[in-house]
Amino acid sequence: MSPYALPSLSRRFVPVWRRNLLVWRKLVGASILGNFADPLIYLVGLGYGLGSMLPPVGGVPYISFLAAGMVCSSTMFAATFEALYSAFSRMHVQRTWDGIMMAPINLDDVVLAELVWAASKSALSGTAILAVSWILGLGHSLLSLWVLALVPLVGLTFGALALAVTAMAKSYDFFTYYFTLVMTPLNLLCGVFFPVEQLPAAFQVVAAFLPLTHAVALARPLLLGEMPDGIALHVLVLLAYTAAGFYAASVLFRRRLLK
Amino acid sequence: MAVLAVDKLRKSYGGEEVVAGVSFAIAPGECFGLLGPNGAGKTTTLRLCLGLIEPDSGSIELMQRRVPGEARPARVRVGVVPQMDNLDPDFTVGENLLVYGRYFGIPEREIRARIPRLLEFAGLAARAASPIQTLSGGMKRRLTLARALINDPDLIFMDEPTTGLDPQARHLIWERLKQLLAQGKTIVLTTHFMEEAERLCARVAIMDRGRFITEGSPRELISRHIEPHVVEVHGDDVAGWADGEARSLAARVEKSGDTVFCYTADPARLLASLSQRALRYLHRPADLEDVFLKLTGRELRD
Repeated sequence: MSPYALPSLSRRFVPVWRRNLLVWRKLVGASILGNFADPLIYLVGLGYGLGSMLPPVGGVPYISFLAAGMVCSSTMFAATFEALYSAFSRMHVQRTWDGIMMAPINLDDVVLAELVWAASKSALSGTAILAVSWILGLGHSLLSLWVLALVPLVGLTFGALALAVTAMAKSYDFFTYYFTLVMTPLNLLCGVFFPVEQLPAAFQVVAAFLPLTHAVALARPLLLGEMPDGIALHVLVLLAYTAAGFYAASVLFRRRLLK
Repeated sequence: MAVLAVDKLRKSYGGEEVVAGVSFAIAPGECFGLLGPNGAGKTTTLRLCLGLIEPDSGSIELMQRRVPGEARPARVRVGVVPQMDNLDPDFTVGENLLVYGRYFGIPEREIRARIPRLLEFAGLAARAASPIQTLSGGMKRRLTLARALINDPDLIFMDEPTTGLDPQARHLIWERLKQLLAQGKTIVLTTHFMEEAERLCARVAIMDRGRFITEGSPRELISRHIEPHVVEVHGDDVAGWADGEARSLAARVEKSGDTVFCYTADPARLLASLSQRALRYLHRPADLEDVFLKLTGRELRD
């Protein structure tokens, strides 16, 4: 089989996904705290603290503006952490993948399981922030329920991109590059904390190509009870990044592990 | 019908041929031993047979299926005990078996029914709820063996199953492997313990630098390749004796450090000569290790 073949999608990923679920269930307390606490503190601290000094942003109080950004950002970070550090542990440090692949499970199945798992775990994180914004009364229209569908897609997108990075990593240190060069710029350029329109024109052009921009562009109006513009384009961009990341990850993992 | 048939298998890494044209077939119920020094290509051969890596050329048929193309369904009937333990450190003993059974698509109820029997077999019945980190090396190996049996395989690959174990643990593993053979299972094992191969394997192949250099039953290999008697000699002036008189008394003389190995079909004159000198010696029948060292040399391999 050529390492460049399209990844096969099979339900065989399910038992591998369940393996990760079983581990997660054992550490559910720490896991939930880690996933939820950080973005929650950002939302409340910046939203109320910084927000109290700001005029309305985009016609709404700052914390209402920020909520959609935090939903997308926390989903992105949760998926990325899982697909980088945890997947790397299972692949390289614990050799869990080696054990799995001696059973009738292929590398493609394992990679798909890791992707779906990263998306599942991150969806939980994003959904929690969504729930908090409902409780705080920041968004309560029926349209905001669509964010529940958006969050898993955002998890798949950033999980897929991070898996491609994991496939190239020699050690955990490698991930520092990804955080500094990719995650931080994404978090600051894509309209999480302030409207993209506030950036210099050149940065706005860059932001238009970044996946998080499109996730926020969908989540923000939905949370505020409005229909987003250009839904198809935003969804397509997220799907394209997901497909590209997953394909790159599949090829890179094959070249690394099936030699 | 062979459970595993390999023909003219080749695999290179960076210009170095690790498996250099290997052919063999394993019959059902057989215990086949793949012997060789470190780096001989044993593990690579096993990984090729399992379809975990792709050969450069040659053909592999595992459980009547082409590998690597159909390796995944072929592995449904195969168990593997890898060289390096890769038990799941996030789980207990019992969970390791449960989760592994799921990878084979075995129904949950069936897995749960098998677990107590497998733990019994592995001598871990009381440890079902123990975390992996609390197990000794021997327990981990036994659990890895139990895990390899979760799908009730017809063929079991074992890559150095007793490396790093103490004699008690090693004998227990041997005992269990004999039980599996008695049940009609087929075993392919790699090892560099000749004693292990002589005890378990009806047929062995010695592999070196990617090739099979000889193949047969342990007894056949000993009679084919080596004189039946070995006299190991130690002592202060052993070197002088080895270069002089020993050459005329033994068919072959090998020096290794302070020990001289004399190989002969007729040890009587050799032993008479030694009894008149202040040299310590040990007279024993030739074994597989003598064959192994003769064919692969005494220098270190890393």
